[in-house]
Amino acid sequence: MTTPIDKNHATKLLRQMLLIRRFEEKSAELYSATKIRGFLHLYIGEEAVAVGVMAALTPEDAVVATYREHGQALARGMSADSIMAEMYGKLEGCCKGRGGSMHIFDSSTHFYGGNAIVGGGLPVAVGLALADSMLGRNRVTCCFFGDGAVAEGAFHESMNMAALWKLPVLFLCENNLYAMGTAIRYTQAQPDIAAKAVGYRMKSAAVDGMDVMAVEAAASKAADHIRQGNGPYLLECRTYRFRPHSMFDTELYRSKEEVEQWKAHDPIEKLTRRLSDAGLLNDQDRAALEQDVAREVESAVAFAEAGTWEPVENLTSFVYSERREL
Amino acid sequence: MSGAQSARKTSYREAVKEAIREALQKDERVFLMGEDVGHYGGCYAVSKGLLAEFGPERIRDTPLSEGGFVGAGIGAALGGLRPIVEVMTVNFSLLALDQILNNAATLLHMSGGQFNVPLVIRMATGAGKQLAAQHAHSLEGWYAHIPGIRVLSPATLEDARGMLWTALQDPDPVLIFENNTLYNMEGNLSETAGPVDIDTARIRRSGSDITLITYSASLYKCLDAATALAGEGIEVEVIDLRSLRPLDDATYLESISRTNRALIVDEGWRSGGISAEISARIMEQGFYDLDTPVERICTAEVPIPYARHMEEAALPRIDTIIDTVKRMVRHG
Ligand SMILES: Cc1ncc(C[n+]2csc(CCOP(=O)(O)OP(=O)(O)O)c2C)c(N)n1
Ligand SMILES: [Mg+2]
Repeated sequence: MTTPIDKNHATKLLRQMLLIRRFEEKSAELYSATKIRGFLHLYIGEEAVAVGVMAALTPEDAVVATYREHGQALARGMSADSIMAEMYGKLEGCCKGRGGSMHIFDSSTHFYGGNAIVGGGLPVAVGLALADSMLGRNRVTCCFFGDGAVAEGAFHESMNMAALWKLPVLFLCENNLYAMGTAIRYTQAQPDIAAKAVGYRMKSAAVDGMDVMAVEAAASKAADHIRQGNGPYLLECRTYRFRPHSMFDTELYRSKEEVEQWKAHDPIEKLTRRLSDAGLLNDQDRAALEQDVAREVESAVAFAEAGTWEPVENLTSFVYSERREL
Repeated sequence: MSGAQSARKTSYREAVKEAIREALQKDERVFLMGEDVGHYGGCYAVSKGLLAEFGPERIRDTPLSEGGFVGAGIGAALGGLRPIVEVMTVNFSLLALDQILNNAATLLHMSGGQFNVPLVIRMATGAGKQLAAQHAHSLEGWYAHIPGIRVLSPATLEDARGMLWTALQDPDPVLIFENNTLYNMEGNLSETAGPVDIDTARIRRSGSDITLITYSASLYKCLDAATALAGEGIEVEVIDLRSLRPLDDATYLESISRTNRALIVDEGWRSGGISAEISARIMEQGFYDLDTPVERICTAEVPIPYARHMEEAALPRIDTIIDTVKRMVRHG
């Protein structure tokens, strides 16, 4: 027996994944055209994770992400315009061009970045949850991190503190099997990441990260557990990045065949098939979604192109706050 | 250069790789360990090919555990090996700062001279590629604050090739900072290039009007400025510090005794930076040689911004070096 699919909701998930995919493809193009510079880490292949998880969060919840965070930012509801303009380095970007691709922040959606130090966001997420718990706010802080981050001391310290103090943190591991070019088999004595929660007496689960509905269901279950005051939860999403780690990666460490095998599990195609099999989506619907998303990406590019450069005289602003609250 | 011994074209990256290869060949105790040094070929492709040549024991990929593997490097050095630990960039070395400062730099002293740490730590540093505020800082000057370690900054192909072996012979921890913008730099390197001293500064261009004191990638900004200024009749002497700890005071003080002016160019932040230390030493030891106050050009006191024009505005620039030199020479 399969549960019936909510057509509107599923279509929304599909659209979000498509938006991320096309946004990322465009970003790669713009990188080659040198419109975007610095480091650019694409999320292509992993869309189901961010989209499924965000669907399980409320607008009040907090999110902490990594340098591979365009997908999370878009799924969280940030505008493609403000992210694209940020990557152009324009004043109209979400961080005025100060941060770029790796440092997307947005206070209005409680999106706390954009952290490019591997594992750097984890203790911060614990602190956000500590504040919520001390101030009596019932919300979840969802912290995204990769399989690579699991090797950092910050991961273990954060897991312990969150469990010890029963804090409302959703530890969201995006296990794409590689930390840059180093496969997880070379970095983890115990590659089953969900299993690590046991040592902290924390609840955990692993889920197919290429299946957006499975991710949403697992994340909802985790979020419920947290909201009911049971403390933190570790959710491992097993996924794969289809593109190189960054724009400088020659991918010496994995075979084309391996990448192709994973592409057969493309989360967008998977959901499309599922919806059309259920008679909820036809070719025209999909084409209309594509068009709609293409328009959004194009207008983001136009917005970024039309943006302005911050005057150099402002160089030292935002080093300290302007106003001191007494 | 005519009459030079046979030289060949190479890059800074290749020069570092050759130095690592030579060390691995010459000394069984040497091994390289760090993130992505093996299967990926090195974050900056420095160790590309070495895994196939030396195998996974000696070209050891580590988990993302900076504190852990730098600390393990200290232990391996204590245990009789000669580790070369690569930290991807100085920004991530902060996760290992505890091990570097509280163990590597202090063990010899705390143990009353019983345990020395013959460890080399290499890392990339510097801005210039729009990598923003968590990937672009120049903290080598900070490390130079720490007694017990040596801090090197090779700017040339010869030094990229030659400093590593000498560092490995040192009984104490040596940190080598490779500016990320130098890896692609190409030039000629003598076939016989080999170990170089790691104690002295070098005069890279001679001049009589002013001394520019710098290191690493800023050396080339200073040399370009010097060339431009020569066209206007100002002769600039350019000193490459090479070692930030210990500092070779004698070389720059001797230069200042001839030029009577000093300008320090440093990609680190100004307050409390290595430029402040050098300025203080000139004041202490060379004050009466000066015709004009020592000046400094450093990175603006701001986390490095992403946007290109803002990053450029934050860093030392050739035009500001030229303007500052002119002002100092005309008014001094
Ligand atoms: C502390 C630290 N060490 C190293 C790096 C360089 N680096 C950036 S991303 C990355 C790989 C991280 O892998 P993972 O956590 O699995 O995330 P993924 O990139 O696969 O999404 C590395 C080593 C860094 N940014 N921070
Ligand atoms: Mg990964």
